[in-house]
Amino acid sequence: MSIRVFVPRDTTALALQADAVAQAITAEASRRSIDLTVVRNGSRGAFWLEPLVEIEDESGRRAFGPVSPADVPRLFNNGFPGDCQDILALGPADELPWLKRQQRLTFARAGLADPLSIESYRSLGGFAGLENALALSPQAIVAAVKESGLRGRGGAAFPTGIKWQTVLDTPSTQKYIVCNADEGDSGTFADRLLMEADPYQLIEGMTIAAVAVGASEGFIYLRSEYPEAKKILLAAISRAEKAGWLGGDIQGSGKKFHVELRIGAGAYICGEETSLLDSLEGKRGLVRFKPPLPAIKGLLGQPTVINNVLSFAAATTVLAKGAAYYRDFGTGRSRGTLTVQLAGNIRRGGLVELPFGRTLRELVEDFGGGTATGRPMRAIQVGGPLGTYLPAAQWDVALDYEAFAGISGMLGHGGIVVFDDSVDLAQQARFAMEFCAIESCGKCTPCRVGSVRGVEVIDRIIANEHRAENLTLLQELCDTMVDGSLCAMGGLTPYPVRSALQHFAEDFNIRDT
Amino acid sequence: MQSSAFSLAETIGAVVQEHIGRVGPLMLVLHAVQERLGYVPSAAIPMIASALSLSRAEVHGVMHFYHDFRAEPAGNHIIQLCRAEACQAMGARALEAHVRGKLGITFGETTPDGRFTLDPVYCLGNCACAPTVRIDDDIHARVTPQRFDELLADLQGDGR
Ligand SMILES: Cc1cc2nc3c(=O)[nH]c(=O)nc-3n(C[C@H](O)[C@H](O)[C@H](O)COP(=O)(O)O)c2cc1C
Ligand code: SF4
Repeated sequence: MSIRVFVPRDTTALALQADAVAQAITAEASRRSIDLTVVRNGSRGAFWLEPLVEIEDESGRRAFGPVSPADVPRLFNNGFPGDCQDILALGPADELPWLKRQQRLTFARAGLADPLSIESYRSLGGFAGLENALALSPQAIVAAVKESGLRGRGGAAFPTGIKWQTVLDTPSTQKYIVCNADEGDSGTFADRLLMEADPYQLIEGMTIAAVAVGASEGFIYLRSEYPEAKKILLAAISRAEKAGWLGGDIQGSGKKFHVELRIGAGAYICGEETSLLDSLEGKRGLVRFKPPLPAIKGLLGQPTVINNVLSFAAATTVLAKGAAYYRDFGTGRSRGTLTVQLAGNIRRGGLVELPFGRTLRELVEDFGGGTATGRPMRAIQVGGPLGTYLPAAQWDVALDYEAFAGISGMLGHGGIVVFDDSVDLAQQARFAMEFCAIESCGKCTPCRVGSVRGVEVIDRIIANEHRAENLTLLQELCDTMVDGSLCAMGGLTPYPVRSALQHFAEDFNIRDT
Repeated sequence: MQSSAFSLAETIGAVVQEHIGRVGPLMLVLHAVQERLGYVPSAAIPMIASALSLSRAEVHGVMHFYHDFRAEPAGNHIIQLCRAEACQAMGARALEAHVRGKLGITFGETTPDGRFTLDPVYCLGNCACAPTVRIDDDIHARVTPQRFDELLADLQGDGR
């Protein structure tokens, strides 16, 4: 067998010159008449090691990283792709403590193969969940998802099985499955990694949902900021159709399900599910009043399952391995695994999948290895731009939904953004308001106008103008936004602001600059 | 690039033809027009409106709701700087100041020679290797001011 060399085609790997690395390897091999095949795989999510190059031969897989194009001739001089002693040699990737200590269900396949190879997907256990689902009644599928304890991974943590039950129970000749792939939170990339490394898992999960509730059409609403995911998904949908995993007669079951990819247009609010549905309908992405729930009146007024990428993905594990298997991971009412994304100023950033319940400190210290700059960590924002800034005293909190709610925080989509001691929390608070002003859908005054006022008030506090009055005003403004906003955009923006004021008050003090 | 009203009408006609009958065609049409022309000219709005049986106000409203749609042509290269938190934690504010100075423009502007348009973006999903910059369809990681200058020099070399 010819030696295979894997070079990821994931966005982060590409952003670190993976294409040039792949070209250099091909060129160097042909110059030296070495027979090898370069495979463009997905990433394993160990982004701190990207581009992570792996060799596969009779003896197994060995990793090297992070590899730059300039390293390639030296790697070959040192024996690559044979027995290669080099400072970048990492041994088998599976044995790297950073990966080995994870418990991957959803991301078990990520990075192992060409993401578009259906054969690889099958041989690594893919489509087993859908095959099981096709042999079950709709109610039995929904029951399994309920029993698994799966809660939506997009942020609000609503039980997925209950949502599916509502759609199943709502009679209609046309139902829809919609995947929320808008992943707008800074510090998150799990959806992107899944779509780029294992796109058939998303297709499989959506198809399971379709079979469960009786839907024949589905949409993936992908943000325009993800051009690589777009390419991969388009190809995956078309290949899945050709192979009969999508289309008019899925694997001879007589069930039909079509998936269409739709691209957003740079609006954060379109991650909110009802805004997303309006956007899919070709309208401005305004948040709708609830009720009616999308499960009852969703896309074009029809019953609609709308879930995050990772929720659909988790459903494949539930159906393949059983509800009890999935539920046995986790703690309390947070079942299964949590995909944490270590981001910002972090030495070993990337995707860490673990059962719920580990502490934030374990994640940022043991996995993350502290800051990238080497300076002390000072603040951590968990849960995206609407999440609180946590000071060191709160880093021992367990990563589960209820524990986070207990400290006025939220896990959201699992993004963890680390800041070192050069951070200015007054500026971060100002940015939270600014971001809300830029991205508000404009439907409610407290959000649309309150956020603009928020920026101005924080500016005055920083400039030390009528300080006490403005601090009071800022608190009142936050109250108004929390109480008077229709959705979490306006309703949660005060959280990062207040946490900055409460835990990092010194940053709002009078300074020379 | 389209020059006459006639060819614009043809373009809109072809694009609408392709998407009419699909769920929510307006977004698809706006994306497709921008893909072909680089922006959505104001003259296109009434054409799109009548072809899709919508009011001009609706088309205008949708177009201006989304940050991606442009009412003016962009420069030859679109440079997007991530301004969101993960990039801030790695020096995005300093990078932003550098880039503004280097290009002599601020967000939403195009250099006078028409080569570069500078836009903000809020997250490109590369948050473990920040700061992140997108130039056209290529995303770049760990972009220091020095690395930005190299990327810019590479673009200068392409003559566009
Ligand atoms: C401002 C705002 C932005 C949101 N952004 C996203 C997003 O990017 N992706 C996502 O899956 N959910 C997002 N949500 C949550 C969705 O509204 C919704 O809860 C989710 O799509 C439901 O799917 P799930 O149950 O699988 O999590 C957002 C909510 C709000 C209020
Ligand atoms: S809170 Fe803001 S984003 Fe949400 S519905 Fe109101 S105006 Fe729109």
